[in-house]
Amino acid sequence: MTSAIPARTTTAASAEPGPHLDTGEDKGNGRTGKAPKQYSERVRAERRLGWILAGPAFVIMLLVTLYPILQAIYESLFRFRLTAPGEREFIGLGNYAVILTDPVWWSGLWTTVLITVVTVLVELVLGFALALVMHKALKSVRGLLRTAILVPYGIITVVSAFAWFYAFDINSGYINNWFGWLPGIDQDLNWFAQGPTALFVIMASEIWKTTPFISLLLLAGLAQVPDELTEAAKVDGATWWEQMRKVIIPNMKAAIMVAVLFRALDAFRIFDNVFIMTNGAYGTEVLSLLAYRQSISRLEIGLGSAVSVLLFICVLLICFVAIKLFKVDLAGSQGGK
Amino acid sequence: MLTTKAKLLWALVTVLVLVYALFPVLSILATSFKAPSDLTSGTFLPSSGTATTANYEQILVGDAQGLFLSALRNSIGISLIATFIAVVLATLCAYAIARLDFPGKKLVLTTALAVSIFPVISIVTPLFNLWRTIGLYDTWLGLIIPYLSLTLPISIWTLAAFFRQIPWELEQAAQVDGATTWQAFRKAIVPLAAPGVFTTAIIAFFIAWNDFVYGISLTSTEAARPVPAALAFFTGASQFEAPTGAISAAAIIVTIPIVLLVLLFQRQIVSGLTSGAVKG
Repeated sequence: MTSAIPARTTTAASAEPGPHLDTGEDKGNGRTGKAPKQYSERVRAERRLGWILAGPAFVIMLLVTLYPILQAIYESLFRFRLTAPGEREFIGLGNYAVILTDPVWWSGLWTTVLITVVTVLVELVLGFALALVMHKALKSVRGLLRTAILVPYGIITVVSAFAWFYAFDINSGYINNWFGWLPGIDQDLNWFAQGPTALFVIMASEIWKTTPFISLLLLAGLAQVPDELTEAAKVDGATWWEQMRKVIIPNMKAAIMVAVLFRALDAFRIFDNVFIMTNGAYGTEVLSLLAYRQSISRLEIGLGSAVSVLLFICVLLICFVAIKLFKVDLAGSQGGK
Repeated sequence: MLTTKAKLLWALVTVLVLVYALFPVLSILATSFKAPSDLTSGTFLPSSGTATTANYEQILVGDAQGLFLSALRNSIGISLIATFIAVVLATLCAYAIARLDFPGKKLVLTTALAVSIFPVISIVTPLFNLWRTIGLYDTWLGLIIPYLSLTLPISIWTLAAFFRQIPWELEQAAQVDGATTWQAFRKAIVPLAAPGVFTTAIIAFFIAWNDFVYGISLTSTEAARPVPAALAFFTGASQFEAPTGAISAAAIIVTIPIVLLVLLFQRQIVSGLTSGAVKG
């Protein structure tokens, strides 16, 4: 029954509404409440100062993203190759028709979705385990554990890709030697010559590099589960698993959702690992790589822009679905608010 | 206090986590000391007696130095400048968000969030075209500007979270005690805010340092190509020689700053990452 106690009652009162996906409840300082219609000189000065300070960052963020995406939408409507600039021709949604009827797009989409789903699920489990370890760790090893965990977080993705690639590579690797006793693995196994094995290594590198991030987010969520709740459950005779399932996980649902959304959006943009390990060969092509290949390698600006726009729409869709789900969860977890 | 069994269990868990976190790094470290003839030995460590620093010599003083050192200089310069600009702008922005009341606060935070989930590749195509037209292609500035799309949003979120925790009343208290506005700010607020700003800078630097997509798309020569992109285009000493050793050595060199920052500031980085992302 302990699980029914809203965990937020302790935190909700004290915590500032911090940065959160749902900024709807931003503190607002009683903007609507206290302000009479006639703003005093001081209020107006404060507003002006607010925009003077926040404005430059805001404008730059818009310039470096909003402008390019609008430009991409515009260019996606043309047949346009940089090598033949004179033949630029308006073709409406023609590029989109070409892409959406091409099996390359669909296989890229499924590969990307597969990588996203698998890595996020594995990272959620692994990251949760790591978060539990860091949460419960003794003072003496806590620093050591955190330092170790931050190494993959900070390391360059390309470096991670090379580390995993060289370990598995048929020429320079040692994995075939070490795990030759496993069925299916022998000296002649070329991991990067067929889709499934190549995807396995790509995902392993991705998971290794990004699990620390998700585990830190989950650690923050764990820290917010009041100890009294877990203690109470323990006193009531709950097993470890019951404590997890009935007390801890329900109380950190918001943190889990945020972590999953962030990671899913990040995984969906996967590029570096695939580029280094297979460059998209053997059915490992992902959407970012497809866009890169069209516009940067083949200079097909029109087609490349259309792929970019479609990728952007996919990200928006993921966000939209997640935030719709979030709304429900956040409302539930915000307790008294 | 702990039973022997619990102690053993913790030791085991600690070792497991260490192996998980460090094994790939050790793997590439071992590869970086392998001689070319030893690369195909199929072992983790270089064969005994053959370990060599030749790979490091090749990229630092040998044939590949032009390629690697210029990339290193580009990476350091571009990442530091992009970090600096982002942190300065984000500090002002986050101060306004935490301290002042103005309409549009939510809009700024939402924009930062939207920018941070933006697929980088969608920005690259139009920039590639534009940069070629206006001459920013293959220049430092041509990378610094798009890097801001990576470093600014996270800096704003992290700093806003930090600044909200600062007891700003201290500033007034100091003024009541006779300090001038500037003194109050410098003596009471700066010491409290500085660690947050510094931590944010580290996180932003990691992100800029990690970039690959902009690096390979918006540069073409040693003039601006950063290390991750340069690694992808490394070739061996001859066309028959794989660049495995040189790439591994270069990978280790660019990992050193990361490891140092992590060793020195793990506590701050953890608090920065966790406070910025999930609260309440």
